[in-house]
Amino acid sequence: MNEALKELSDHIAAAMGAHILSSEIRHGELMLRVHRDAVARVMKFLRDDANCQFKMLVDLCGVDWPERPERFEVVYNLLSLKQNQRVRVKVSTDEDNPVPSITSVFSAAGWFEREAWDLYGILFSDHPDLRRILTDYGFQGHPLRKDFPLTGFVQVRYDEEQKRVVNEPVNLTQEFRGFDFLSPWEGMTTLPGDEKVKRNDD
Amino acid sequence: MAETAIKPMTMNFGPQHPAAHGVLRMVMEMDGEVVERIDPHIGLLHRGTEKLIEYKTYLQAIPYFDRLDYVSPMNQEHAFVLAVEKLAGLEVPLRGQYIRVLFSEITRILNHLLNVPAYAMDVGAMTPFLWCFEQREHLMGFYERVSGARLHAAYFRVGGVHQDMPAGLAEDILDWADKFPAVLDDIESLLTENRIFKQRTVDIGIVSADDAIDWGFTGPMLRASGIAWDLRKAQPCDVYERMEFDVPVGKNGDCYDRYLVRMEEMRQSLRMIRQCLAEMPSGPVLSDDRKYTPPSRGEMKRSMEALIHHFKLYSEGYHVPEGETYTAVEAPKGEFGVYLIADGTNRPYRCKIRAPGFAHLQAMDYVCKGHMLADSVAVLGSMDIVFGEIDR
Repeated sequence: MNEALKELSDHIAAAMGAHILSSEIRHGELMLRVHRDAVARVMKFLRDDANCQFKMLVDLCGVDWPERPERFEVVYNLLSLKQNQRVRVKVSTDEDNPVPSITSVFSAAGWFEREAWDLYGILFSDHPDLRRILTDYGFQGHPLRKDFPLTGFVQVRYDEEQKRVVNEPVNLTQEFRGFDFLSPWEGMTTLPGDEKVKRNDD
Repeated sequence: MAETAIKPMTMNFGPQHPAAHGVLRMVMEMDGEVVERIDPHIGLLHRGTEKLIEYKTYLQAIPYFDRLDYVSPMNQEHAFVLAVEKLAGLEVPLRGQYIRVLFSEITRILNHLLNVPAYAMDVGAMTPFLWCFEQREHLMGFYERVSGARLHAAYFRVGGVHQDMPAGLAEDILDWADKFPAVLDDIESLLTENRIFKQRTVDIGIVSADDAIDWGFTGPMLRASGIAWDLRKAQPCDVYERMEFDVPVGKNGDCYDRYLVRMEEMRQSLRMIRQCLAEMPSGPVLSDDRKYTPPSRGEMKRSMEALIHHFKLYSEGYHVPEGETYTAVEAPKGEFGVYLIADGTNRPYRCKIRAPGFAHLQAMDYVCKGHMLADSVAVLGSMDIVFGEIDR
């Protein structure tokens, strides 16, 4: 399995080498990092090339890495029915720079890109219909970002007097309890407990 | 007679419509009774499952998978535990694998027993619904005996399953499996050659093979379009490679073929259930890697180490080594995948859930264009939509 993936990886690198930043095979899965601007071209190649034939876009999602200079990653999972192989393609971006949409290559990308926009605020250029998809009408913010609190900012209830559903700031009778199980005693790189004290302050 | 121009009409369908299979709202642009464009509005059942999983330990994440597609819970647990096992490098004992395959197939029948008659009811048949629900009752009884819950089982664990099957269950499943084909025949006698059913489904919502791939169709939707693709055959997990079964394939890719594929899949699942019960060895059902799976009650009473393991596993949970994987199983509705990023802590860093229904519903506009309003209901029924998984 890994041999075939290695071959495939070399084949892609030979044809699209200029656009590919890195590739690795882990857990028997091939992953390619691709230049943001070239993503549509690489996708087209992966779809149409006789040795690839990744004709199905199985999944597309965003990932948030707040500590990186370009905090978002868009992850594409492709499947080739002919070769019975999968490949994962990644591009990175931030809040301002759009990723070229691949809706012209895979029809299935439409809703998946809308979802990535809705949940992470990742922009896609040339998307025909980049609206929110999963969150409520009139929702503010992008809930799957790491800096978005789990409990959110607004809560919804039916107001008997106004006879309609109203949004109000979230009010918790008990704070959400995040149990921190990362023990300060393991590792001992700094004085035990110090980093936890700091974290509680801010 | 003077020609009158009909003004295009925008119509709202749902979100509280019995044929919407949950909370789907569709804004339809109609030309008379012909659909010109459909804009499905989803997300009315959005619960933020992916966000919640990021704040829970791996063990606590499992029950969320029952609540995605709530008519095929165990298949989804299967995808998640396989993903974690892949990252952790865990081996599952053979009996555990057999039980997982057995219950995956029971779940497949459970799912199709809901979809087929609900779909038939959408196009006008009432009786199959009652018959199928009687059978679902038996299957949910098996669920209850093995896991304690009729619907949200939370039975699969990383490293196997929670507990062995209780005594007598295997015989009862076998007993049921002997009686079930007669019920399937009854249902088929009501639907397969039924004039009304065929008028409502044959040549409705045709999807060609190329389009099905382009739109990311999987499962019965893809197979009905004539592509013999089944993850149980192509990328088998657990003991699926030992199973003997056929993959039914449709010819025309219309709503009728999707029904036929599902009916045949139930018979094939039945074959696999019989094989599992016949071949299942005895032995442990859960891996004995104590860093991931809890010790037995008896062991805990005697061994200090076992007690520590138990305490750590149920408070802190286990740490999954850093890495990422996309792992998919053939769920009843199609390819259900979990894209899991582990950062070495006790909680997933990111857990993206790939629901088959999401891709199917997306193609609603494409499939229904030019069809009559009533056909859009047949198409929706044939897609096997459940909002738990689409809205997540």
